[in-house]
This record gives sequence, structure tokens and C-alpha cells, in this order.
Amino acid sequence: MNPETAIAVAVLLPLLGAVGIALTGRWPNLREGVTIATALAVFGVVLSLVPGVLGGDRPGLTVLNVMPGVALAFEVEPLGMLYGLVASSLWIPTALYAIGYCRAHGEENQTRFFVCFALAIFAALGIAFARNLFTLFLFYEVLTLSTYPLVTHYGNDEARAAGRTYLGILLTTSVLFLLLAIVWTWKLTGTLEFSPGGILAGRVDGPLVAILLGLYAFGTGKAALMPFHRWLPAAMVAPTPVSALLHAVAIVKAGVFTVMKVIVYVFGIDFLSETGASIWLMYAASFTLLAASIIALTKDNLKARLAYSTISQLAYIVLGGALATATGVFGSGMHIAMHAMGKITLFFCAGAIFVASHKKNVSEMDGLGRTMPFTLAAFFVGSMSIIGLPPTGGAWSKWYLALGAAEGHHAVFVGVLMVSSLLSIGYLMPVVGRAFFLPPNPDSAPAANSDEKTTSGGFWENLREAPLLCLAPLCATAAGCVVLFFYAPDVLGLLQTMRLGR
Amino acid sequence: MGILGLWNYWMVIVLMMIGLYILIARENLVKKMMGLNIFQVSVIMFWVSIAKVEGGTAPIIPEGVTDVVYSNPLPHVLMLTAIVVGVATTGLGLALIVRIYEEYGSVEEDTLREMDRVAE
Amino acid sequence: MIEHLPALQTVVPMMAAPICVLLRQATLVRIFAIAVAWSCLAIALALLEEVLSHGTISYALGGWVAPLGIEYRVDVLNAYVLVIVATIGAVVIPFPLDGRELRIPRERYFLFYALFLLCLTGLLGITITGDLFNIFVFLEISSLSAYALIGLGKERGALTAAFSYLVMGTIGGTFILIGTGLIYQMTGTLNIVDLARRLPPVLESRTVWIAPAFLVVGTSIKLAAFPLHQWLPNAYTFAPSMVASFLSATATKVAYYVLVRVIFGIFGAAFFFETLGLSNLLLPLSLIAMLVGSIAAIQQTNIKRLLAYSSIAQIGYMTLGLSLANLNGLTGGLVHLFNHALMKGGLFLVVACALSRVASPDLEALRGLGRKMPLTMAAFVVGGLSLIGVPGTVGFVSKWFLVLGALDKGLYAVAFLILGSSLLAVVYVWRVVEIMYFRDSDAIVERDEAPLSMLVPTWILIGGTVYFGFNTALTAGVAHTAAQFLLSLGS
Repeated sequence: MNPETAIAVAVLLPLLGAVGIALTGRWPNLREGVTIATALAVFGVVLSLVPGVLGGDRPGLTVLNVMPGVALAFEVEPLGMLYGLVASSLWIPTALYAIGYCRAHGEENQTRFFVCFALAIFAALGIAFARNLFTLFLFYEVLTLSTYPLVTHYGNDEARAAGRTYLGILLTTSVLFLLLAIVWTWKLTGTLEFSPGGILAGRVDGPLVAILLGLYAFGTGKAALMPFHRWLPAAMVAPTPVSALLHAVAIVKAGVFTVMKVIVYVFGIDFLSETGASIWLMYAASFTLLAASIIALTKDNLKARLAYSTISQLAYIVLGGALATATGVFGSGMHIAMHAMGKITLFFCAGAIFVASHKKNVSEMDGLGRTMPFTLAAFFVGSMSIIGLPPTGGAWSKWYLALGAAEGHHAVFVGVLMVSSLLSIGYLMPVVGRAFFLPPNPDSAPAANSDEKTTSGGFWENLREAPLLCLAPLCATAAGCVVLFFYAPDVLGLLQTMRLGR
Repeated sequence: MGILGLWNYWMVIVLMMIGLYILIARENLVKKMMGLNIFQVSVIMFWVSIAKVEGGTAPIIPEGVTDVVYSNPLPHVLMLTAIVVGVATTGLGLALIVRIYEEYGSVEEDTLREMDRVAE
Repeated sequence: MIEHLPALQTVVPMMAAPICVLLRQATLVRIFAIAVAWSCLAIALALLEEVLSHGTISYALGGWVAPLGIEYRVDVLNAYVLVIVATIGAVVIPFPLDGRELRIPRERYFLFYALFLLCLTGLLGITITGDLFNIFVFLEISSLSAYALIGLGKERGALTAAFSYLVMGTIGGTFILIGTGLIYQMTGTLNIVDLARRLPPVLESRTVWIAPAFLVVGTSIKLAAFPLHQWLPNAYTFAPSMVASFLSATATKVAYYVLVRVIFGIFGAAFFFETLGLSNLLLPLSLIAMLVGSIAAIQQTNIKRLLAYSSIAQIGYMTLGLSLANLNGLTGGLVHLFNHALMKGGLFLVVACALSRVASPDLEALRGLGRKMPLTMAAFVVGGLSLIGVPGTVGFVSKWFLVLGALDKGLYAVAFLILGSSLLAVVYVWRVVEIMYFRDSDAIVERDEAPLSMLVPTWILIGGTVYFGFNTALTAGVAHTAAQFLLSLGS
């Protein structure tokens, strides 16, 4: 398969998968088979693109010209390659997990659920491989709309309200700011193509650069920069696999990926560091970073705590881009992958805890480590990656981010990163601590109360883990966090083939 | 051409305003139709009056005569069409009024509005 | 034959209307009317093809040469509008008539088709003619048949709605007649091309200054431009949905065409916008229309009325493009003509499909319809997304050019407002979506889809909103050429 075909196949396969899932909706086993087969095939195809990109190829594919100079076109470059890999690889464990979760939970409308899931991956790959702003914007909106039915999956009033917030914020920011920024860019430059070194340099100057950057940064609502972050906690009402999709696989990563693409290929980091137009964004990102961490400390609901943690971690990535140094960009790129792996583990764990024990709040999780040791061990590994402790992948990305800040002579942001890491210890470690070191709370665990053996029996008798289809993916992604620590140089190597200058 | 020299325009404007006034101020649909007719007629008068050439006759040119002054026939012809349009409009309007009366039992606009509001 | 195409464009449907009355038998008349509408489309497409390849066509009706006789003049602009009108006519007319929405019994359906074809004649005639008085005549033909079509609605409100439309429409038509008289008085001609030649020497006279006021107000009434839109919500609400679909997609569009023709084709953009300074009036009014129309749509509880108010907002987009008076803005306005025809025509057909299964057009009655009629309601979602202007739909293309036009003029606030008002569209579209998909979502509903004969026309229009969202060569391409042509007229 030549790379051009591979791009088309990678983008279209999830779409075909969605059709297949819809058609086989009546036979759940077959339907799930289609999902898994599609996920595996997509990952294989995306993987086949890697060697070429590492070798400096930039395979492209123009589908059609929508307007003169505005085309629906794809091109694979390292950053997109990385995001494509993240989305397509994590689809596999997420799909497995979703199957286990939905069955254990007896969810309704599973067919719609899996169809929308596949559509979301379709959109994510479209974003990853977009060659120009138009294509990116198109798939960005497809992603928003295809995940709306997932967020509102339960169809009750709470889900509907969450859906309103979700759609309201994401559409408002994208139409009002992002689209305006794109049209404006077109007016200034006459092109929407992502090109090394950016397209805006020399076409604009003065405060307009900062204004445009602001339109892009806040227009990408999926990047969840404060004050446009509310949709992410609101979307917590959705089933946990959806949260995993939102936080790790596709959606928020699409947001920060868009911001990174724009910073690197529309503005160009040289142009940004010359004009200093992104300095305000560093402060805005830092604010989000710290504020979200502090809010996370106050949340008792585990999923809400993780949601604010995500907002904070996304701000790391935006900050890395705004630093406008090569190291910062590499750090951000790595953090897209590292955070995805860590956060997906955490959400899988939260979901598994909910499925197995119906507990949502951190305060109820005392002693849970005795009944769910695997889940909570995985949670511990995922937390380490989010905090940035070796031997997990998160350590490397934080290292490069801090290095980027130091290189750009913005020492204050090194401090911000350190403080935030401390805060993340503060909101993640208590979960593990309570689970392993505190005795079970008799009030919050009525089931354990009636069954004394839970505290006295042997290890295997005490196990109350989630079904295997939930447990296996989360152990795999936890292992992935550790594996990424050792393979981080390869991720960095991929990113370093990025052409940053003109 | 003083103000009085433009008397045809004044007549047209007065007629037009009478028509529009009836249209706006009267609640009775039939009277509204009348107002609409007066309004349309004023425009027809306007067109006919602008076709008039001082001292002109009917546009019939006897053979061999070349220096005759005659009024512009085109607006007259156009107004024949406009009159037909006006008649058709009146016909349709009156037909609608008949149907409205059958359905509502009234042709007073305020009553109709009241009945529609109650129905909602 | 080929050289007589311009005449056939209006003669075919005009002669067909009385034949419908003679045929009488409902099925027969329907098949005949469909054939006529499709041949009108074929003629319109042939004309567009001819104009694009060989330039403007001038046709002297009855052999009387302009400026004395009536000239049918087909240039890029009106060939484009002809195609829009004929397409909508051809797609909508096969839609089956539903006794639940019509006042007349089946034996008299032939009258409906006769009226429909007359309306089509009028709309095509307005577009194709190059004579100002002829525009008035065709305008009245289309309007009179439109009043009657609206009056066919089942509810009695249709009668009062038709009557107030008749009053407003007649005032509008008469205003156009006054304006025509005023410029005829100064130039002695009614031919549009001839007028454009003879007007400049007398442009300074007060009579000529007054004429645009009457012409613009007259066409704005027909166009339902804010604040002359009061007739529209009731007319579209009470008209049979299929009629609402046809009229919303064509009648206001043709009125917009007349406005464009008057401004650019007769007076010239320089005189109109710079000397008279009318963009200072049109621009704010368009913006208000966009916002007020959308906000009013949000508050409606009847889906047809909701769509009607949304039309007022969308007409605001079109007049906004006009008042920007630059290439991108005008392209945006003209392309929105086509795009809005597709989406609003399609959405009203969706309502017609829904009304074949539910009792009333109240939003509450649409509860749970997302499961009962999944295909119909999917069409609504796609059409709604197009109204919002999501990329990949036609709404996006329109907005793209309009925003670009506003930025070209340095009107950043206007660009912002254009995008902001599309967010209002999100609110009113999503209100309906939530009712259709979330209310009574637990109830077990039998799938009860609209018949295929209804779904096919609906999906042709709705599918078009997606197709032309990606392939803009025909729509934006022709609109761009037409805008260039219009802007070159004055200079």
C-alpha cells in the first residue's frame, strides 16, 4: 500500500466501520467484532505510515477542491503522525473496555454508542492528517457533533444539560473565534495550508498577531483553556469509556493538537518568539494550569477530579507551544502521547471502580485496594505518569517542557511546572493512599459489611475486580505508561523530524 | 412650473394618501380592499398623466401628416395591464374575504385577530 | 427551437396551467405538472450552459426589438436564478399533496397544480425578462397565485394570512410600479439595459433620486426584508408545508434578484451606495434582521413559524452581502440565495413529511419523532446544521464569503455578528433536536416513516446542502462570476 492510499484508508476505515457497526447492530457479538477488527486495522494502517514519515516523507492526498485555494486535503507530518498514532492505538483498548463496561452495565443504545465512537475516530484521524486549516476545521466540527450523542448517551435531563454545555461551548468558540481566525488568515495570506515556518510571518505585525493567536487559542474550545473549560467537567455524565475518549483518545487531544499545529505551521515559532505575541498565552496557560489543579484538589467525585486534572495537563501542552522554542514544542508533542496514556489509565480505573463497587467519590474509596488491587495499582502507575515521575512516560515530557521554558528564558514557567506537579501529587496520590492504607469505611461499603471475609480472607478470595474486559485494557495502558518511559527517545525522534523553520 | 403646475402630482398624492389611510385605519376588510383600489388607481392616474404631451392629440397619425403632436401611447397600454392586475387582485381579495366570512363569521380585522388569539 | 428557449421558459408553464384545468383528473394532472416542471428545469439548465459558454442571450419577444419591444435578456446572474427557481420547482412539485394540509378535496387538486405552475411562470418570468414593467406584471402573476396557494392551507388562519399578504404584496407591487413610472418619466424607456445607459445624464434630478426609494421598498416588501417582513411568518405558518417550501425557496429569492438587478443593473452601485449612501441603511437593517429573526425563531413553539423567522434572519444575510457591495460580500449574498433555497426548501419539506404522521406543527407534537421517523428527522438535523453553517454544508460556504466580505471592508464587528448570529441558529435548531430525540425517549415508539415519495424530494434538497457544501464550483463559481459582472456594470 503506498502512503497516499494508506492515508485514505486510515481516514475512511473508521467511517466504513461505523457503517458496519450500524448494519450489524442486531447481533452484538458480530458488532463488537466489527469494532475491534476496524480498530486493529486502522492502527495497522496508521503504523504503516510511520517509517516514511521518520524518513522525512510527507505523503499527501488532495480529495477535492472545495473553493479555489481551499481544498479537502491530507498530509502526514510528524505531529499529526503522533496524534494519529495516539488516537488509533488507544482506540483498541478503549473499544475493548467499552464493550466490557457497556455489557457489565447493561447500557442501552449500544449500537448508536459504537457508531458514534467510530465516527469520532474518523474525525480524529481527519484532524491528525489535515493539510490545511479548512480540513482541520471540518473534522473538528465533525468530532464535536459525533461525540454529542455520546455525551448525552443517557438521554435524561442531566445528560441533556451536559450536552447543551458541551455543544454550546465547543460550537460557540469554534464558530465565533476559530472560524473568524481562519477567514482572517485567508484574507491576510490567501492560503490556509500548514507550512513549515508558518504562513503569517511578514503578512501581519503589531498587536494583530497576538489577537489572531488569541482567536485561535480560545477558538479551539477543545483545548479547554479557561474560561472555556466548563464543557469538560460537564461531559462527566457520560459513560466512562466516553470520558476516556474525551480525555485521552481524541477530543481534548484534538484541541491541543490544533493549537500546536497553528503555532508551528501557521504562525511559526520563530515568528512568535520574534514578535513576543505568545507571551500572554504563556501566562493564560499557566493560570489555567494552576487554577485547574487547585480546583481538582477540592473535588471529591473522582471523575470530576480527573477532569480538572486534564484541564491542567492540557494547559501544559499549550504552554509548551506558547514558549515558541523547539524544545517546548517537542515537550508538548510528547506530552500529548504521555498524558493520553496516563489519563486513559486513570479513567479506565475510575470506570472499573464504578462498575465493580458503584463508588464515584474519592472519600468512599478507603480500603478499596484490598478488593481491587490490580485496578488501583494501575491507577498508581497512571498517576505517576501524570505527575511526571520515572519510570513512566510523563517524566520525559515534563522534562522537555521545563527545558523548553528554561531555553526560552522564561524561568518563571519552570516554577509553574514544578508547583503544578506538586499539586497533582496532592490530588492523585490520596486516592491510592486511601485505597491501600486505610481500612474500609463500614458506612460506605454496606456490601463489605455483611461479608466479613473481605478484610480477613486470602488475597484471591477478596478480589472484587471489574470484568476482565475492563481490567485487561487498564492493565495494558498502565504497562504502556512504563513502556513509553523507555521508548520516549523514539517519540522524540519522530517529533524531531518536524520542520520548524522556513 | 410652479406648485400649481404640478397639480396632477398633487392629485395623485392626495388619492394615494386617501387609499393608504383607508388601508391602514379601517378594520373592515372590504373597506381595506377599497382603500387598496384607490391606492392603485392613483398610480394608474400618475402613469396616464405623465404620458400627456402639451397640446397633443390621440396617437393616430393620418396618412401624409408628419407634424402632428400626440400623447405618448405606451403608458396607456401599460396601464391597461396594470388595471387588469388590479382587477385580479380585487377579485382574489374579495374571494378571500368571502371565505374568511364563512369561516369566522366576521370581516372586522380586530375581531378576527381576537378570534385567532382565543384559538391559540 | 433552441433560439426560442428564453420564450419557452415562461410560455411552457404558462400554457400548462390552463391545460391542468382541462385535464382535471388528479393523478394525470400531477404527472403532467411534474413533466412541465422538469422541462422548465431542462430549459433553465440549457440557458445557463449557453450563457456560460457563449455569453449573454438577448431575445426579442414576438420579434419586437428592444427598447420598443420586450426583451428577454439572460446573463450569468439571471441564468443562475432561473436554475435555482426551476430546480426547486422540479424537486418540490412531485411531492404528494396531503389532504391533511389542504383545504380542497382531491377532485380539485388540479387547481392546485394550475396555481403552482402559474406561480412558477411568474417567478421565472421576473427573472428572465429585461423589461422593468414586465417584471411588475410577472411579479403580480406570481404573487396572485402565491396568495391563492397560501389560502389553500387547512387552518382558517391561512385565509387571513393570505389576505394580509395580499394587501402587503399589492402595496409592494404598486410601489414598484410608481418607481418604474418615475424613471420612465425621465428616460422614456423600460428596458433595463437601455435604462442603465440613459439614466446617468439625468441622475442628478430629484425624480430619479426618489425612484430607488419606491423600487427598493417595493421589492423589500416582497423580499420580506426587515422591517417589512410582517406578512411572512403567518403566510409560511399557515400555508401547506409544500407551498411554504416552494415559496420560501423561490419567491423571496426572486425578489432579492430584482433588488440586485435594480441596484446594480439600473442605478449602478456607485450611485446607490455612494451618492445615496444607502448601505448606511441596508447594512444595519440586515444585521438587525439577522439577530431579531434568529431571536424570534428561538421563541417560537410552532416549527413552521420557527422556520419562517429563521428565513427572515437568512434574508438578512443576503441583504448584508448586497450592502457590503464588494466582490466577496456580493458573492456571499448570491451564493446564499441558492444555499438558503436548498436548506429552507428542504426543511419545510421535512415538516411536510412530519405532518403526514403527527397532528400539528407544534414543537410539542414532535416529541420522540427522532425514533419514529429517523430518516425524516436526520434530514432535519442535516438541514439544521446547514443553517448553522457547519463546514461541509452550504451554510458554511455562504458564511465564508460573507465574513470575508466584511473583513475586506474592515468591518470586524460585522464579521463577528455574522458568526454570532449563526450561534443563535444553534439555539433554535437544537431546541427542535432536543425535543425530537430526548423527549419521551423512553417510550416505545413504532417506526413509522414518511412514504418514499415524500422522502426522496426532501433528501434531494437536504442532500444538496451537503453536496454543494463540498462542490462549490457551480454555486460559488457562478455567484462569483455574477458578482464580478454586477460590479463591472457601474464602472
